[in-house]
Amino acid sequence: MIEIEGVARTFPGARGRSPTRALEPVRLSVARNDFVTILGPSGCGKSTLLRIVAGLDEATEGQVRLPSGPVTGPGPDRGMVFQSYTLFPWLTVAENIAFGLREKRMPKAERAEIVAFYVDKVGLRGFEGHHPRQLSGGMQQRVAIARALANDPAVLLLDEPFGALDNQTRSLMQELLLKIWEDDRKTVLFVTHDIEEAIFLGSRCVVMTARPGRVKADIPIGLPHPRLYKLKTAPEFMALKERLTEEIREEAIKAA
Amino acid sequence: MKARRARALRARTTAMTAPTAPRSALRRAMRPLRPASPAMRVGLGLAFFVLFVALWALATFGGLVSPFFLADPFTMLQEGWLLFTRFGFIGDIGITVWRVFGGFILAGLVAVPLGILMGAYKPVEAFLEPFVSFARYLPASAFIPLLILWAGIGETQKLLVIFIGAVFQIILMVAGAVGGTRRDLVEAAYTLGATDGGVVRRVLIPAAAPQIAEILRLVLGWAWTYVIVAELIGSSAGIGHMIVDSQALLNTGQIIFGIIVIGVIGLISDTAFKALNRRLFAWSLA
Repeated sequence: MIEIEGVARTFPGARGRSPTRALEPVRLSVARNDFVTILGPSGCGKSTLLRIVAGLDEATEGQVRLPSGPVTGPGPDRGMVFQSYTLFPWLTVAENIAFGLREKRMPKAERAEIVAFYVDKVGLRGFEGHHPRQLSGGMQQRVAIARALANDPAVLLLDEPFGALDNQTRSLMQELLLKIWEDDRKTVLFVTHDIEEAIFLGSRCVVMTARPGRVKADIPIGLPHPRLYKLKTAPEFMALKERLTEEIREEAIKAA
Repeated sequence: MKARRARALRARTTAMTAPTAPRSALRRAMRPLRPASPAMRVGLGLAFFVLFVALWALATFGGLVSPFFLADPFTMLQEGWLLFTRFGFIGDIGITVWRVFGGFILAGLVAVPLGILMGAYKPVEAFLEPFVSFARYLPASAFIPLLILWAGIGETQKLLVIFIGAVFQIILMVAGAVGGTRRDLVEAAYTLGATDGGVVRRVLIPAAAPQIAEILRLVLGWAWTYVIVAELIGSSAGIGHMIVDSQALLNTGQIIFGIIVIGVIGLISDTAFKALNRRLFAWSLA
């Protein structure tokens, strides 16, 4: 579904400083309906990789290939959820979710139907008329997920979407996202630095090295679905967590 | 013996606490960034007006200043009443208000779209920004002789003074507001399939709209200074014209009344503008 073919990124040095290599050539293939988590220490270039897939950043080498062709820029076939709260503050919850549909010039009635479906899906019925500033961080990210899904993208890209949330809310959001994925199995690429999150959500976890980032390990997560929060304390979960902790710890030491 | 000691002790403790109580209340109110209660705000705000008029009355009634140079508050009010009843001052006010809003609206119609274009499209900004930055420092009042030459002393000239004074300021500030739109909102719009035009229409403009409205409110305040300057020279009506006439007659009461009227109208339009912005852009208020 997504072919990342030797994608590398170097940021030019500002004012005569030497350029920064953020990403060594990365080769990665994401199958349809797969949920791939990308785990790495901060500053490892995992967000840069995701932004290149989204078309928001350009690779200095290599390319990203989708079934529709190579990525040349952002498009509605790749929905994105950001770590920062990016709801349009002047639009209501319903209008935010309908943003992409309006851009497609979908008729109003059809739009309303899709909005209602996704409002329900993220559990925000009754909040359709609220503005983002009236919502908690968790609710805002739920709207952001609904907004991306309403466009029916082929791929859903998530860049540490729960990074700014408190622990309890984060757990609930993980369960919500997992449930949504279990329902329609969209292809997902999920960037995080949280080991537990990477295991709990993913069907495959790609571990990246410290800057400059490259793929260090590619670990299948064979845990059965549907997954419930209790899984986080199960022995097989713990075993995976231990293994990934070892992998990521070395990198974190390098990065720190 | 015991009772006396107790009394002495009590006296000493009250002596210690009593004077600190009012001082601590004042100190609490004066803590940095501590909000004042609404009653306190209104009370203190009015208090300064009272103080101001009191000092003025003291200076004039007390004979510290000759009435030749400064009328007392009472005379000022009397002259003001005469202005309305005898000299058709309401017409002057109407003309001045129309000039301010006319020039201001013209400037807004030209400047807001240009500012949006400059903020959104960097080549347009590179093309216009240096000139506009230069032009904004050209004093509008210095154009008056030239404008009289070009447009005569009619309404066109008055509107043009305000237009020149306002248009460059609005352009630059609007461009700044639009250019400062959060990048992540723009990126989110692109990932939702927005076109370039869609990003301008559906992200940049609505995101900057509250700031644009605030900019217009600010510049409207400046327009009031330009209009009076324009009316001081080559004018046959308006508040500024009345002030020049009164100067010739040494009627300081009328001059002060005119100045105060300008202040009051400015305050009213500013408050109305602020209230309108708050209603239109409720989403932007935290």
